[in-house]
Amino acid sequence: MTAAQTLVYVPADAGALSLGAEAVCRAIAAEAARRQVGVQVVRNGSRGAYWLEPLVEVATARGRVAYGPVSAADVPGLFEAGWLEGAAHRLRQGEAQAMPWFASQQRLTFARVGLIDPLSVSDYMERGGYQGLRRALSVSPREIIETVTRSGLRGRGGAAFPTGIKWKTVFEQPAGQKYVTCNADEGDSGTFADRMLMEGDPLSLIEGMTIAGIATGATQGYIYLRAEYPHAHRILRQAIARAYEARCLGADVMGSGKRFDLEVRLGAGAYICGEETSMLESLEGRRGEVRVRPPLPAVKGLFGRPTIVNNVVTLATVPVIVHQGADFYAGYGAGKSRGTLPIQLAGNIKRGGLVERAFGLSLRELLYEYGGGSASGRPIRAVQIGGPLGAYVPASQFDTLIDYEALAGIGAMLGHGGIVAFDDTVDMARMARYAMEFCAIESCGKCTPCRIGSTRGVEIVERILAGEDPQRQVARLEELCEVMVQGSLCGLGGMAPFPVQSALKHFRGDFLARVSS
Amino acid sequence: MQTLSSEQRDVVGRIVAEFKGRPGPLLEVLHAIQAALGYVPREAIPLVAEGLNLSRADVHGVVTFYHYFRSAEPGRHVVQVCRAESCQALGGEALADHARKRLGVEFHESTPDGRFSLEPVYCLGNCACSPAVMIDGQLHGRVTPERFDALIAETDHILEHSPEGP
Repeated sequence: MTAAQTLVYVPADAGALSLGAEAVCRAIAAEAARRQVGVQVVRNGSRGAYWLEPLVEVATARGRVAYGPVSAADVPGLFEAGWLEGAAHRLRQGEAQAMPWFASQQRLTFARVGLIDPLSVSDYMERGGYQGLRRALSVSPREIIETVTRSGLRGRGGAAFPTGIKWKTVFEQPAGQKYVTCNADEGDSGTFADRMLMEGDPLSLIEGMTIAGIATGATQGYIYLRAEYPHAHRILRQAIARAYEARCLGADVMGSGKRFDLEVRLGAGAYICGEETSMLESLEGRRGEVRVRPPLPAVKGLFGRPTIVNNVVTLATVPVIVHQGADFYAGYGAGKSRGTLPIQLAGNIKRGGLVERAFGLSLRELLYEYGGGSASGRPIRAVQIGGPLGAYVPASQFDTLIDYEALAGIGAMLGHGGIVAFDDTVDMARMARYAMEFCAIESCGKCTPCRIGSTRGVEIVERILAGEDPQRQVARLEELCEVMVQGSLCGLGGMAPFPVQSALKHFRGDFLARVSS
Repeated sequence: MQTLSSEQRDVVGRIVAEFKGRPGPLLEVLHAIQAALGYVPREAIPLVAEGLNLSRADVHGVVTFYHYFRSAEPGRHVVQVCRAESCQALGGEALADHARKRLGVEFHESTPDGRFSLEPVYCLGNCACSPAVMIDGQLHGRVTPERFDALIAETDHILEHSPEGP
């Protein structure tokens, strides 16, 4: 066909696929063929507006016009209405970039996600990709580490440890084999930022890891990816192959004479492997039991060698910091929480998705202005922040700001930035039971407070649910939580009581007002 | 205890040979075996142990530590229902109950006709589209009980009789 081809973007993000994006793609191809119009489909990542997925964008003279949520059945009508020219239709959302939900975000880490073809190195480079690595190769390793430190970037996986300090420790270890590992074991319910990024802009993660290698002298990288993410796995492997072809990975990174190799390793369905020492055990091919620290992984990590362990979002944020400078990044944020955070709105929420904003906005703004309130239309009673080990926060505390210190101030933690909303039908005693059950299922078994405590915890909450002397059982549950918090070897047993304790604190009536069965 | 067929032994042998020189290869070997055979047969453990110079206990310990590795042959289709918080917030527990009834099995079981295995999963990363289900590696979002039934029917459209039985 000689006629100009209109570019149509249909996300290949797993979330969009879960809502029928593949069928939409087929319908577009079929309808275009029937009408004999030239259409070229690009498979982008998701913009993160999941209530509009599949969100299809058409590149018109007036910009990229979005339509959504599109089902395969809508496609003939969209062609009929003239969507290839950006015409009106009930599903037309206007330019995606101009939607208020999108326009008010501050996307630094997610700048390209949903915009580009994730497997196109040239698309990536046209939008600022590989500028960070280029700069990293032109300065000293000390200068790279200094930039990352001054930017204030802290670990986005949940521990919030300053990234630059971790890198400096690895850098200062004696020369020899060092490793960069990426923790892509995104197991917290309510989180999907890592997945979206790996599917929508995998090269930014690859570039960030390469910079980490150049900065610390590590020549081998591993991405430890959870087995529950088969789509991300396929995309990552292809993206790594493209980066090798473009000579951005391998023996001579961008002609610098420096080596950095990278591969993906799959986890196997163990939540505990998101804990960094357990992840290292798993990468070495063993049971994912946690290691006693010290020594820190930065000193003695993978195969006993100095190792960086960073989360996907942390590493993918490095390129923009190294490219634009520490001050640029540190210019965003509040207090000691610098930069931006990709926040994930999930659960019972009307407009679920990914919101990247500078630290310092309130939970209320997130839940109501971005999230639009609950999906069920009922009042939001509680949110759980930071995954299954995170506290439940009641509606009375929704004016709390999203930053590490402000949340710690109310006994909560930000974790990986996932927020799960529950409406007023939620039974908080049942959620407490689940918290203990999850810990029992996922405990690695190495320490007793976690292994046995969680099982006893389930039993106690079950007695409470059955109305057996709830007063006494609640006291025992509180004592058990304390033992687990104080006595567990790692964060799983040590934090699994947080949702239980917060539920007991804010929703005590749910535990005490049970009727004996 | 069943013995491995000669084809299965060959598959395991080839996989071990392919990965043995790599650093920390055991998980990769187990993934490759499960991808090829659908599960990690107990009888494969001595072969893997010998090939990688590990003890049988080491290999058994790893296979049983990880939820993803199966020691028994699964049904033709693997249905995973997410049971984590985000899905619970939008009816995930009711969906899990429905799935059990519809397939007539508990979690971790297969239907007697070998068509379906039902497995719990703790987060598929589709939390903005809860509740989520994965069938044979295909992700589905906002799954209602009705949609679940439709997906099951699509997955096995030669289903003449319901596994719920007469």
